[in-house]
Amino acid sequence: MLLFKTALQSLIGNGLKTWLTVFVLSLAIVMIIIMQGILHGWSRQAIDDAQRWELADGQYWCGGYDPWDPFSLDSATASIPEPLARQVEQGLLEPVLITQATVYPEGRMQGVMLRGIRPGQQLLEIPTAVLRGDSMGPVPVVVGAFMARQLKVKLNDEMILRWRDKNGAFEAVDIRIAGVFKTAVPSIDNGVLWIGLENLQAMTMRQGEANILVKSEAAEVIEVEGWTFKTVDKLMEATLLLVKTKSAGTSVFYVIFLLLAMLAIFDTQTLAIFRRQREIGTMVALGMTRGQVVKHFTIEGSLYALLAIVVGAVWGTPLIWYLSAVGISFPMEAAEFGVPMADVMYAAVTPGLVLGTVLFVFVVTAIVSYLPARKIATMNPTEAIRGKIL
Amino acid sequence: MKSIVEVQQLIKKFPVGNGFFTALNEVNLSFAEGEFAGLVGPSGSGKTTLLNIIGSLDVPSEGEVLVMGHPVGKLTAAQAALLRKQQLGFIFQSYNLLPVYTVYENVEFPLLLLDLPASERKQRVLETLEWVGLTDKVKSRPAALSGGECQRVAIARAMVKRPALVLADEPTANLDSENSHRILQTMLKLNEELKTSFVFATHDEKVISYLRRIIRLQDGKVVADELVNL
Repeated sequence: MLLFKTALQSLIGNGLKTWLTVFVLSLAIVMIIIMQGILHGWSRQAIDDAQRWELADGQYWCGGYDPWDPFSLDSATASIPEPLARQVEQGLLEPVLITQATVYPEGRMQGVMLRGIRPGQQLLEIPTAVLRGDSMGPVPVVVGAFMARQLKVKLNDEMILRWRDKNGAFEAVDIRIAGVFKTAVPSIDNGVLWIGLENLQAMTMRQGEANILVKSEAAEVIEVEGWTFKTVDKLMEATLLLVKTKSAGTSVFYVIFLLLAMLAIFDTQTLAIFRRQREIGTMVALGMTRGQVVKHFTIEGSLYALLAIVVGAVWGTPLIWYLSAVGISFPMEAAEFGVPMADVMYAAVTPGLVLGTVLFVFVVTAIVSYLPARKIATMNPTEAIRGKIL
Repeated sequence: MKSIVEVQQLIKKFPVGNGFFTALNEVNLSFAEGEFAGLVGPSGSGKTTLLNIIGSLDVPSEGEVLVMGHPVGKLTAAQAALLRKQQLGFIFQSYNLLPVYTVYENVEFPLLLLDLPASERKQRVLETLEWVGLTDKVKSRPAALSGGECQRVAIARAMVKRPALVLADEPTANLDSENSHRILQTMLKLNEELKTSFVFATHDEKVISYLRRIIRLQDGKVVADELVNL
């Protein structure tokens, strides 16, 4: 209590210098929490969006289906086996058939991935209802907003679609943009055209076949030969790894922030040893032990962290609340990055994150304060009193 | 009168280059309770060194120094700190006030180390500041005080815990004549009223004129030890 009181008195007595250091440290604390919060929020939003738009509760993959290898598509297509077909009928699984194709918007040629999905599906948020169309006009397709921009097409535009059927024969048909949807999941937008499943099955002569089956939460996972079930965690592995990598990259920024703050404290404390050696000698002469003086300076340095936590809470709480509730806009296209990224990102700040950050900063500050304070133990008090050492 | 400091065959050497410099050479002294004595001599005569050893801030190279019965050379750092905390007061040439503390906090500091209750601390601090005439400066910081006021704060800080012995190293060196006399009169008054022993290290004639006992040092040796009849 004595050392706390004397250290606090010193801190207050340092005036403006104290508050500048405290502000830099509070900046580090709040920035770490915000950056980590946004990355947590991104990670959470990426999983949530991917589940709502593409993955639901997992996927069955047919044979050697590999989303990164378009040449595997033909060989990774099969009829939906009986136990899974029953779940498809019940709407518990949603089949998706995928094939390569080419579109010719205004005469330009562009490769696309054609994905067939049932128009009446309710599992994913893709607006597939418009895929019903009529049997007379061009075949309706829906595209993501990014893809629409890539193709330079808008709603109701028509163009030619060319593909190869199961036997390798080229076919072509007119298609119409029946819907444009906005999504934060680039893998269902960038380079993808959504078409009615039955249409695609007929076009490719693959009636009753699919590459993947999207599982709803209510469906049970069944072991079926030739089909492999992939959990959401497994399917999100690459995305989460990317977020984690981003997190590591971003941590460079808050390490810089933290280093700045630590440098300020280390500098203050180290300078204190030089500048305040007479003060230290006096404290020893008045009856403080060297251990007490070391503790005094360590506590004094650690108090910067405590004050910074209070100051950071004062100005940081409203900011963090704002970023959690209103979010922060990023003027960039998610699909360009290849990972699920919403226009607005929200900070997901948990008590664990706040406590962890605060504890981390406090411990680092205490260590940084202790190191120069330890130097005091080597001081000769008679020299220190006269300010003649070091 | 009861002896509070016994210096026996004290030798203090400091390493200099490849050899040693002998700062104190076979010094024998004794200070009784309530003394107002001074170590007088030119610079380098060993005054401050002797004061530091008596103050348990330094240790003898040879010989023995007993302060209130405690052998300074054999005390651990913690025991020496305890001795300083409970029995000794220091007054320095350049005041050595803690710059970030107010006058009140500076004077309160030794009492905080003694872990006295807040009410007692407050009473003692205000009482001591009244002795030195600084009750109107309790909230000032040292930077806002004159040299004389700073030294009075230093005296208050040394006296607030009612030590048995106050060691004052050139207490008037940075003060003008008027302030020097005021400070010395304050110390003399405290010596007479509280029976606190004062040992000065000085070569200032103004201080010497107040001393009741003058111990002259030269080249680390006591060359004269005389009582002054006033």
